[in-house]
Amino acid sequence: MKKYGSFLFRFFLPFLAILLSVLVYYQIPDNGKQKATDHPYYLYFIYLIGAVVLVEILLGFFFNKVRERVYEKAPLITGALVFMAFLNFVTTKTLWLPILYFPSLDRIVGLLVEQRVFLVENILSSFRLLIVGFLYGAIVGFLTGLALGYYKIVGYWLNPVTKIVGPIPTTAWIPLALSIFPSTYGANVFLIAFAVWFPVTLMTSSGIQSISNVNFEVARTLGASTRYQILHIAIPAAMPSIFLGVFYGTVSSFATLMAVEMNGNSSGIGWYICWQKSVMMYDGVYAGLILIALICSLTLTILFRVRDRVLVWQKGVIKW
Amino acid sequence: MVGEILIKDVYKTFQSTTPSKEDVVALNGVNLNIRPGSFVSLIGPSGCGKSTLLRIIGGLEKSTKGSVFLDGKEIKKPGSDRGFAFQGSNLFSWLTVEKNIAFGLKARNIYKEKKDDVKEYIKLVGLEGFEDSYPHQLSGGMQQRASLARALVGHPTVLLLDEPLGALDAFTRMNLQDEILNIWKEHNMTMVMVTHDVDEAIYMSDQVVVMAARPSEVKEVIDIDLPRPRARGQDTFQEYRKRILDVLDLGGNVPEVEYYL
Repeated sequence: MKKYGSFLFRFFLPFLAILLSVLVYYQIPDNGKQKATDHPYYLYFIYLIGAVVLVEILLGFFFNKVRERVYEKAPLITGALVFMAFLNFVTTKTLWLPILYFPSLDRIVGLLVEQRVFLVENILSSFRLLIVGFLYGAIVGFLTGLALGYYKIVGYWLNPVTKIVGPIPTTAWIPLALSIFPSTYGANVFLIAFAVWFPVTLMTSSGIQSISNVNFEVARTLGASTRYQILHIAIPAAMPSIFLGVFYGTVSSFATLMAVEMNGNSSGIGWYICWQKSVMMYDGVYAGLILIALICSLTLTILFRVRDRVLVWQKGVIKW
Repeated sequence: MVGEILIKDVYKTFQSTTPSKEDVVALNGVNLNIRPGSFVSLIGPSGCGKSTLLRIIGGLEKSTKGSVFLDGKEIKKPGSDRGFAFQGSNLFSWLTVEKNIAFGLKARNIYKEKKDDVKEYIKLVGLEGFEDSYPHQLSGGMQQRASLARALVGHPTVLLLDEPLGALDAFTRMNLQDEILNIWKEHNMTMVMVTHDVDEAIYMSDQVVVMAARPSEVKEVIDIDLPRPRARGQDTFQEYRKRILDVLDLGGNVPEVEYYL
């Protein structure tokens, strides 16, 4: 720890922020308008953060990497804690904001805890829809992109079709999809698949088309068959572009997921938000938003981990 | 000895893709015999079809008329009897050095039996310790070495080189010229090289084929009767250089002018 010397106080910053939060919580009188919760959930939450930081600091005595991370992130965690203390102050101690739309942190965290089983069911429902739709869209998109990019004749006949059909916003298909598909679930899967399909197709085919022809010539002089060239030249060389397509597709699938869940669905985190809003439970709306942020962020993190693994030969295009 | 190339009356016309453009005649009746085990350079102004001729020998292009034979067999497509080193290194950027070199063996499904060859050729071109590096981590000269190893690992009887050293700095270039000559001597193979560097052609070749543009054909085949190993810039180089430049109509009127070329 010697190296950190006078910067040691950085490690204590989060605990100072927790102390500040507790003081604000107990020492300033409430406005009395927020619905009370059974437990001080918000405090439990920041204690949990404090415990995690403490464990990391202790681990930091043994692992350099952990120490570096705590040292680097400590001010950020502190900032987040101070921001939450401020939010708590504004919502529970003052009347600056309408109470209905700005519930206390206690209520939001409390709702996440108390309704956890129901929320997990909805998260799983959303995830299942997202993954099934994504897989269909990505696989079909990859195959169409491959055909469009590699075979000129396919490109000639099908490019105009993808160029006209592809850019239609997915949400515009919702009425038609709901009437054509026998089940809402089928329609939802189709809509999410469509949202992923177009960017993946476009980026796969353009990725393949922009491969320098000499790569294929080298492969031919080395005795590679057409099949071998597709598998070992076209696909790996286009992989950076394909991943970009998958990235765009994933982002657009999130938007579609929310749109379909808010339209005639009866499960999923998007539906949950709509339902909570309709019964004027804004703490539920915030809880839903927090969960969506976590789901989307986690999905993209997984995606970029996979990319870093597959594309070690390339330097990152998008930083995540 | 194998590696004899016979080029018989080869014509090549590139048909334009749109009706409004004219066809381009790249080769207008080329005849050439390349002796087995010899080092031959093709030299000439751009547009003289030297690269096209090399690509026809490599099987990457089909001649419009006439044929090319390798050891009596007509060439119709690329084959493992011919290695091809392209301009620049053109390594596959997503594969490590080792996997680049092994690519051809894997594509032809003989990697298991020939695994040791990959190691041998990595050693031959001096890239030990760089097996797991990606191309962007290598210098230009090292990339070109890896590319040579990739073309050679399948034991071709003929190595075709399309301006392989064009993008390198002068010193790396001279080093690689010597290494290519060493490989040529040790492996008893025929090498055909396209270059636009007159000195390189004289230094390396048994025969220099001087080609001309419009109509694209062989103007003269000059035998370089110099003992090997040759010293760079020896006096006799001047005579050959003058002869080659004269054939290309680049000799100039005053003898001194050629120094500045």
